[in-house]
Amino acid sequence: MNAVTENVGANPGGLLRKSILQSMAVVLFVIAGSAVALSIDTRFVYLLVYVWFGLAYGILLQYGRFCMASAVRDLFAVKVPRMAVGVMIAVALYSIVAAIVTISGFSTFHPNAMGWHIVIGAAIFGFGIVFTGGCASGSLYKAGEGNMNSMLVIVAISFSQAIVVTASGWWDNLVPQHWIDSAMAKGMPEELSVTKGWFDIFTAGYVWDLKGTTTAELLGAAGTKTGVIVYNTLITAILPVIVILVALYLLYYRKSYLRRTKNANPALKDEFAGIWAMCTSSKNTAIAGIGLGILAGLHMYVTGALREHYGIFNFGELLTAMGYTGGLSIQDTVFDPGYWYITTQEAQWGGWVLHKLGIENMDSIYFGLDNGLPNPLLNAPGFMSIGIILGAAVMALARKEFKWKTPTLETAFFAIVGGTLMGIGARLAMGCNIGAFFATVTNGDPSGWVFLIGMTIGAYLGVKVFTWWMDRAAAKMEAGCGL
Amino acid sequence: MAMSFNQTSEHEWKLDVCGYTCPHPQMYTKKAMQKIAAGDVLTLVFDNPSSGESIAAMCEAEGNDLFERTEEGGSFVWKIRKG
Repeated sequence: MNAVTENVGANPGGLLRKSILQSMAVVLFVIAGSAVALSIDTRFVYLLVYVWFGLAYGILLQYGRFCMASAVRDLFAVKVPRMAVGVMIAVALYSIVAAIVTISGFSTFHPNAMGWHIVIGAAIFGFGIVFTGGCASGSLYKAGEGNMNSMLVIVAISFSQAIVVTASGWWDNLVPQHWIDSAMAKGMPEELSVTKGWFDIFTAGYVWDLKGTTTAELLGAAGTKTGVIVYNTLITAILPVIVILVALYLLYYRKSYLRRTKNANPALKDEFAGIWAMCTSSKNTAIAGIGLGILAGLHMYVTGALREHYGIFNFGELLTAMGYTGGLSIQDTVFDPGYWYITTQEAQWGGWVLHKLGIENMDSIYFGLDNGLPNPLLNAPGFMSIGIILGAAVMALARKEFKWKTPTLETAFFAIVGGTLMGIGARLAMGCNIGAFFATVTNGDPSGWVFLIGMTIGAYLGVKVFTWWMDRAAAKMEAGCGL
Repeated sequence: MAMSFNQTSEHEWKLDVCGYTCPHPQMYTKKAMQKIAAGDVLTLVFDNPSSGESIAAMCEAEGNDLFERTEEGGSFVWKIRKG
């Protein structure tokens, strides 16, 4: 391949200066906002940790064009393994840092319940991400690039989740009777009405009866260094990463690599060189994967250390101590994972708006018992999502890639339908590709690999349907476009 | 803005997918590269930065020559010669 001619901007000096200034203005805005929060109460530092990690995630996500949707979608759509490789690098790094955090005693991680709901939810989620053009985090960073389609996706994810977890109607009768019996047997407070609303019945009557565990717990080595390092990190994260990287190389990279290197009879060292070439073919993606993996682990460490400092288990306790009691769950808690998570805080945004519109949704397990409905100005993980948008804007402006992109009828339709499917899938699977995959497998919880299998199946089917749609649209425009 | 794909001269083509997010730009590019003949040049115009990484990887894998990249105001103009 010949050398590439690069021309970035017709007036590099002037435009660069303007874009750098705009980028710095966003950072200054976050600094000023942080100062205001700290001037109100220094304990808001707990919330600001989410903000600044979100900002760093956003910068790296935009830098590496790091969208996990393309990890599975582009394999099937255009046979490009770039992002799948980047995600595997991030998983390996995060798992190593997570092991250090766990051994240090600052881990905030809780395993997910393992069951069929993960595969089904992940498949619906995976189908949706093909049409939205991004996963939950990907949509946030693309919103930071000025993409209004991605903003529509975020709105669709927020409201679809908020409705799914609280809606009640004739469909409540479709759930198995033993779920209802099991939910009733839990003896939950009456105000939660756990037998009204299918998601409440699903949660209390099915999910709560399942077991969530790490590999170390499963093998009787919980709390030991061997359990964390060997079972949780090496066996649950690193080994599958190596297997997947080798599979990606053999299926998607080897043939073109050997053709480019004109090597008809590769030795083993040539194959290793090929795997290395695949991992470093997109330096931006690889660097982002390394950075995100390390940051995600550090995020858990910092939040864990702050919890110890304040003597709390949940941000709700800190909010109560600061005098903010609105929107807390009946346990006086709010959603506060302590690590990178996306979909639940978006569900809270949608739920909060619906609540303000007069819809009673605090009688649900999801909001009323588990996550609360705090004012978005006090929603700590919500600020992580906003941080991702702003971080991506910082990087996109600095690289002169920020551009307002308005939706067409077609792209808006894809954003809303795909975003709704993502919201439904994320709630069924109890998380998205971050909370139910990235954060789980890296902390020794094998349920995340089940999520990845489901997401891959959904993305495969999504690409089939999307290709059919695209061919149909191209055929309609045949005279004009000739594709 | 709708996608457009036109032949601009005997061996040159132009694909404009501005306004589209993933996976449209990379999938339309793949289709366009299948359509044109070896040695022909495709001028690709897009404004979704993420697609660029996948398109560059696609060119490398398929032996197509991405020989010119221009970027201005959030829009990218890339020239690809089919190998």
